[in-house]
Amino acid sequence: MHKPVAGLIRIILQRLLLGLLTLFAVSIIIFIAVNALPGDFAESILGQGATAEAVNAIREQLGLNESPLSRYFSWLSGVLRGDFGIPMSQALFQSFTGASTGGEVVTVVDQIVPRLKNTLFLAGVSAAISVPLAVTLGILTALYRNTAFDKAMNVSTLSAISSPEFFLAYILILFLAVLNPVFPSLSNIFPGMEFSDRLNKTMLPALTLTLAVTAQMMRMTRAAIINLLASPYIEMARLKGLSPMRVIVTHALPNALAPIITVVALNLAYLVTGVVVVEVVFVYPGIGQLFVDSVKIRDIPVVQACCLIFAAVYILLNLTADILSIISNPRLRHPK
Amino acid sequence: MTALIWIIGGLLVMLAIAWGFRSAAQKATDNKPYFRDMPLGVAFGYVLATAAIIFSLWYFFQPKDVDGVPQAGVIFFRWAVMGLLMAAAAAWVFRTIFRNVGTEGSKKLFRSMPLTAAFGVMIIIAYAIVSIFAGFIAPYGQEEILANANIVAGGDPALGGNPEFPLGTDQIGRDILSRLIYGAQNTVGIAFITTCLAFLLGGTLGFLAATLGGWLDQLLSRMVDAMMAIPALIFALLLMTIATAWAGSEAWLVTIYMILIIALIDSTRVFRLSRAVGQNIVVMDYIEAAKLRGEGLGYLIFREMLPNALAPLLAEFGLRFCFVFLTIASLSFLGVGIQPPKADWGTMVRDLSQFINFASFAPNVAITPLLAAGAIALLTVAVNFVVDWMLHKSSGLKE
Repeated sequence: MHKPVAGLIRIILQRLLLGLLTLFAVSIIIFIAVNALPGDFAESILGQGATAEAVNAIREQLGLNESPLSRYFSWLSGVLRGDFGIPMSQALFQSFTGASTGGEVVTVVDQIVPRLKNTLFLAGVSAAISVPLAVTLGILTALYRNTAFDKAMNVSTLSAISSPEFFLAYILILFLAVLNPVFPSLSNIFPGMEFSDRLNKTMLPALTLTLAVTAQMMRMTRAAIINLLASPYIEMARLKGLSPMRVIVTHALPNALAPIITVVALNLAYLVTGVVVVEVVFVYPGIGQLFVDSVKIRDIPVVQACCLIFAAVYILLNLTADILSIISNPRLRHPK
Repeated sequence: MTALIWIIGGLLVMLAIAWGFRSAAQKATDNKPYFRDMPLGVAFGYVLATAAIIFSLWYFFQPKDVDGVPQAGVIFFRWAVMGLLMAAAAAWVFRTIFRNVGTEGSKKLFRSMPLTAAFGVMIIIAYAIVSIFAGFIAPYGQEEILANANIVAGGDPALGGNPEFPLGTDQIGRDILSRLIYGAQNTVGIAFITTCLAFLLGGTLGFLAATLGGWLDQLLSRMVDAMMAIPALIFALLLMTIATAWAGSEAWLVTIYMILIIALIDSTRVFRLSRAVGQNIVVMDYIEAAKLRGEGLGYLIFREMLPNALAPLLAEFGLRFCFVFLTIASLSFLGVGIQPPKADWGTMVRDLSQFINFASFAPNVAITPLLAAGAIALLTVAVNFVVDWMLHKSSGLKE
C-alpha cells in the first residue's frame, strides 16, 4: 500500500470517528431535551382523571421508573439494535386494553421505515434535477458574468433563496396544478404504485425543493469558479488564446470541484430540513410529515427517533462533504 | 408526451434561427469581432430571450375573460408583471429622490446603489413604518370578528366583495388587510427581537471564547458543534414540543419560549462567526497594547473588538434576521409557532391555503394566501438584496 493512500484512510477514519462522536453528543442533547418535559409522561397523556393503576401501567411500560441514566443507556442500546421503542399512541392504547390484545404492535421503526424511503425518494428526485441544473447554470453565469443574463439570474436566485418553501410550493401549485393541471397538488403515494405514477406525484414537491436548493448551489458554484479566474494559470490559458468556455471547463472547473462538491453535499443536507415544510404542504407521506404530526401530539418516542435520523443524515452528508473535499484536493490530502 | 415533442421541436427551430441570425449578422456587419467570435450558445440565448419577451407581450394582452369566464392565468400574469414593473419604478423614484435629498454621505451612498439594493432599502423602511404604526394604519383590530365572513378580496360587490374590506375577510370574519398589517408587527417584531437576543448571546460568548481561549473556548465550541449537528428547523420543532407542554394552554408563553428557543439555536451560528472574527482581532497589536495598559475584559470586548468586528457582524445580522424570520414563519405555518388569535403571516398562509384551489374561476379568492406568503418573501428578498450589495461592496470584487 502506498503511503499517501494510508494517510488518506487515516484521515477518513478520523473524520468518521468524529462524526460518530458528534452523533453520540446529539443523542445526549435529544435525550436531555425530551426529559426536560414537565411532569410525568404517563400523567400528562392520561389527563387529570387518570387512575393510579393506569399511570403505573404506562410508567412500567415506558420504563419511567428507572433513573435517567439507565433510561438513556437502555434507549441508546435499543437504538443501536434498531429498536426505537413503540409510539406513545400505541402504549396508551395497550395500557387501556390490557397488556396485549393479540394484535400486531406497530413499533416506531415500522412507522418510520416506509416513510423514510418515501422521503429519500423525494430527496433523490430533487437532487437528480437540481445538481446538474445548478452546476450548468453556475458555469454559464460565471462564463457570462456581469451580462444581463447573469444579473437576471442573480435577482431570481436571490428571490428563490429568500422565499419561504411554502410560498414557492403554493406558487407552483397555482401554476402547475390549479391553472394548468400538469401535476397533482396532493402527493398520494402508497406502496406498490408504478414508478412513473409515483414520479408524477412526487414532481411538485421535488420541484419546490429544487427551486430552493438550486439557487444556493448555483450561486456558490459561480462564486467558486469566479474566485479561481484571478489565478495566474487562468491568465496563462487566456493568453494562450483558449476560448472562454474551454478556460472554464478544462482549467477552472477541475480546481473548483472541491468547493462545488462541498456545496452540493451541504445543500443536500439542507434538503433534509426543507423536506419538512414541503411534505406538509403536499401531504407527502414522508418522515417530515410524520415528525410534524408527532410534534403536535407530543409522541415522544417518534419525535426522538425522527430527530436522531435527521441529525444522522445531516452529519453523514456533512461528513461526506468533508471527505470528498479532502480527496479532491491534494493540498488537504497531505497536511503539513 | 406531445408537449415534450413540441418543446424539443421549438428549441430546435430556435437553434436554427440562432444560427441564421448569427451568420446574417456576420454578413451584415462585415465580420465584426463581436459576431465573428459569438458562440452558437450565445446566439441561441438571444433568440430564446427574444422569444420569451414576445410570448410575454402576447400573453399580457390576451383578453381577461372569454364569454364571461375569467382567464385566471392571464389575470395572474398581468398582476405579476405590473407588480414587478411598479416595484422597479418605485425603487427608481425612491433612489432618485434620495440621490438629491439628504446629507452628502447619504447622497453618495444612493448614487452607488444598484436598483435592487434601493428596492431593498425602500421595502425595509416601509415594513418598519407599517409594523411600528400598525395600530393606526389597520382599519380593524387583529382579533376583531366582524359580522361578515368569507368576503372575497377586490371590493367588487358583484363578485362577492365589499368595499369596506378591500382584501376581504377570512372564515370567521376577520379583516384580512388588518391582519396582514398586524402580522407585520407580530411576525417582524418577534423575528427582530429573536435576532437581537441571538446576537447578544452568541456574540458575547463568541468574543469571550476568542479572548479567553483555553478550556472555556473548547467547552463552548464543542457544545456549539454538537448543537449545530442537528438541523435548525428540526431542533426547533423538537424543543417546541417541550415548550408547548410547559406552556400548557397559555398562548403567549408559547411565543416567549419560541423566541428563546430560536435565539438559542441561532446564537450557535453567531457564536461561530463572532469567535472567528474575534480570533483575527485578538492577535492585533492594539489589543496587545490595551492589555498592557491593564484594561479589563469588558473594555477589551466592547471598546476594542466590537467596533472592529461591526461590518461582518452587521451583514450577518441581516442574513440571520432572514433566517430567523423564515424559521418563525415555517413554525407558525406548521402550527407550532406564534399562536392564534394573534395575527401572523405563517398561520394565515396555512389557514387560507385551501382558497388556492379556486384560482381557475375566481382569481381574487386565490390571491389571499399568496398575499401573506408574499409578504414574508418580500421582506426576506429585500433584506437579502441589501446584504448582497453590502457584501459585494465590502469585498471589493470587481469581476
